[in-house]
Amino acid sequence: MPVNKNKNMQALTNRAKEVNRKPMSFMESLYLPAIFKGMAITFSHIFKKQPTIQYPEQKRPFSPVFRGLHVLNRDEEGREKCTACGLCAVACPAEAITMEAAERLPGEENKYREEKYAAKYEINMLRCIFCGLCEEACPKDAIYLSETFAPANFTRKGFIYGKPDLLIPDPKTDPEGYEKAKGRNEPTTADN
Amino acid sequence: MSDTPLFKVTIDNITVEVPAGTTILNAARKIGGDVAPPAMCYYSKLQGSGGKCRTCLVEVSKGSEKDPRPMPKLVASCRTTVMDGMEVKNITSPKVLDARAGVVEFLLLNHPLDCPICDQAGECHLQDLSYEHGAEGTRYEFQRRTFKKHDLGPYIQLHMTRCILCYRCVFTADQLTQKREHGVLDRGDHAEIATHIEKSLENDFIGNVIDVCPVGALTDKTFRFKNRVWFLKPMDAHRDCPNCCGKVTLWNRGDEVFRVTARKDEWGEVENTEDGKTAWICNTCRFEKKKTSDWVIEGPRLISRQSVISQGHYAGKIGTTKPHETFSAVHAGRSPKLLMDIHSVSEVNKPEVHLSLIEGPAHSTDFNTKKD
Repeated sequence: MPVNKNKNMQALTNRAKEVNRKPMSFMESLYLPAIFKGMAITFSHIFKKQPTIQYPEQKRPFSPVFRGLHVLNRDEEGREKCTACGLCAVACPAEAITMEAAERLPGEENKYREEKYAAKYEINMLRCIFCGLCEEACPKDAIYLSETFAPANFTRKGFIYGKPDLLIPDPKTDPEGYEKAKGRNEPTTADN
Repeated sequence: MSDTPLFKVTIDNITVEVPAGTTILNAARKIGGDVAPPAMCYYSKLQGSGGKCRTCLVEVSKGSEKDPRPMPKLVASCRTTVMDGMEVKNITSPKVLDARAGVVEFLLLNHPLDCPICDQAGECHLQDLSYEHGAEGTRYEFQRRTFKKHDLGPYIQLHMTRCILCYRCVFTADQLTQKREHGVLDRGDHAEIATHIEKSLENDFIGNVIDVCPVGALTDKTFRFKNRVWFLKPMDAHRDCPNCCGKVTLWNRGDEVFRVTARKDEWGEVENTEDGKTAWICNTCRFEKKKTSDWVIEGPRLISRQSVISQGHYAGKIGTTKPHETFSAVHAGRSPKLLMDIHSVSEVNKPEVHLSLIEGPAHSTDFNTKKD
């Protein structure tokens, strides 16, 4: 004889409800009152404030801790800050960062801040998880995550970001591009 | 050896028996672990080294069995020999830890702290020492000392600002090479490692000053800025060398040999070979043999789990096996249609470019020619 397990077993939560198996009353079997009740709820939402916005015409402001595309920073004189120390690469849990270092030649002092610099610096955005550990690891404040998205692309090849893609525009020659790359204070049109 | 009496010495409440004439530092190293005081200038394989950096200071709380008075001041353990019944406090003495923190502060006083640039970072004794014993910030507010740049030739790069004047390289040149050509010039704040008139260091075995240097003052110019040590995989290898024992550690990345160093033991000193000699390596082994085919690879070198070098997850599987593509094996030789070959896009780690074979550090010119 089968034992009713439900009776013997202890419920794991108190949310379990008995299924109501009573036959429908006359009013319930008409269905229409319930339909109108539901329609009334739907209709009332027309007068409520809309939570959706019309992206891309409208944009929401980013959270102050938003982590977007990486930027390789320059100092106020426009020299690259990165010294290719490899700490971002070793901190990266997704192994997205690779680099090759070079020594600064005489005459390149206005391009690179330190004696050693990253001749090649690459972030594989397919691998990147935007955790921001590279930013935390950087001893030179050279890499940080801006408030911009990685744009969509049709091929995977477009997601290998080299130094030309990552390096921030020179603040001396291109101050507007510099501000834009940081992605801060982007005009937002959403009401909230 | 047999007629020297054994002395009983207690270091941090651990008793060990050592022959008379052993220094406290070596007795502590015999116990091993945290009990061994750190040493920046003492090098057991070099005669006359030690007594300069003061990081190995210990407290002697009982002089000996016959004279149990404690020593009035902290003593440099690398220079003080043990007595029978001596009691030494190292990490159990707050006085020692305090003094050591002070010594570290002094050592870092003029240190440029350019670890992100320095090739020694990751295997630097001063880095380890300051992490373990140093303070978080510096109280020094003045200009750090700077030096006129000295060129020591094609093999060795000198960064005088990083030097702590341990004299190890001077002893190495004296005891290993035919003629010492560099030394410490000037006194006090101006003291610097240099050759008298710009001379390149090219004596055979002079490359060992790189291994001996506890900081990044003397580094390998053929490895300069090529890669970080924690992205390389250290492998034991040997070769039949007419000049030296030929037993080395190769620092590989993939198949490329980026650097060749002597094998180092747990104290950061060059290991002994089986016949008890120190395994110094010659210049040819160190600087010229940068191909895997030059070497017989014995296997991966054991690296402390705590070391950043064991973090090198880019190096692939540690060992001699290479990672292989499984797809074509599973799909009857068919190559994947949608797989992107990273080398078709990536500018870094190009398979046809061998950074390790460039003499000296790479420059922007090396990278410009690559594009053509």
